[in-house]
Amino acid sequence: MYQNGSSSSYEINTETTPFRVLVVDDDRILRKMHKMMLTRLGIEVEVAVNGKEAVDLHLAGASFHLVLMDLQMPVMDGSQATKELRGMGVTSPIVGVTAACAEKAAFLASGLTDCVSKPLTISKIANYLPAPSPNNHANN
Amino acid sequence: FQGYLDHEQFNQLEELQDDANPNFVEEVVTLYYRDSARLVHSIEQALEKSPIDFNKLDSYMHQFRGSSSSIGAKKVKAECSLFREYCRAGNGEGCMRTFQQVKKEYTALRKKLETFFQLARQAGPVDRARRPK
Repeated sequence: MYQNGSSSSYEINTETTPFRVLVVDDDRILRKMHKMMLTRLGIEVEVAVNGKEAVDLHLAGASFHLVLMDLQMPVMDGSQATKELRGMGVTSPIVGVTAACAEKAAFLASGLTDCVSKPLTISKIANYLPAPSPNNHANN
Repeated sequence: FQGYLDHEQFNQLEELQDDANPNFVEEVVTLYYRDSARLVHSIEQALEKSPIDFNKLDSYMHQFRGSSSSIGAKKVKAECSLFREYCRAGNGEGCMRTFQQVKKEYTALRKKLETFFQLARQAGPVDRARRPK
């Protein structure tokens, strides 16, 4: 379902840690909607308003099972943030979420696991989310 | 809302509303109008400058288009896309003309949504999720 890299400071123990997603988008409406979509599934969501914030979160020790990365953002865009995260050894799936279809190839080349078009729906990222369980959606 | 809203997208918003978040749609739409009011003002100011900074304009409109798309504001989104084409062509007159259309569609949708939420509040929680025809 998602990558398990070699041992690094950004590897998550998937047995004991609740499923955590980082939503990176400069649009607060989209952050609110995407957060709600995931929270309703019992997933823990953190948000970042640009690529730099996403990188800083990881530098501060945060780790996530999935990162949803917008492309066009001020300060640091999604491509640059993805390159930096991969350079730091982050092996979590990073899924680009973009309306800018023309730039999708370049975005993918920055180290994304996948790229989906806006608007985001759960079905578009279902492969990267845990299967819902009867008792707890977030933990398998 | 005929023609104004992408119903599939607006449905997505409505589906996120439940007993735990009974005002979610209105919260999101309110956020949209608050943020887009700032963007409209920024775009107006940018259009008044000479020479026009088309990159800045395009960046503002990218944000505006994105937010409009997320709430299903179909006509607003379409006018935003047209505006961006004029930006990329460096056509200031085209930008100004299209921006008037953006504002017109934006204002029209706002009135419809305000009416929708007024009716929803009057109807009460049971009918909150139903959109008037």
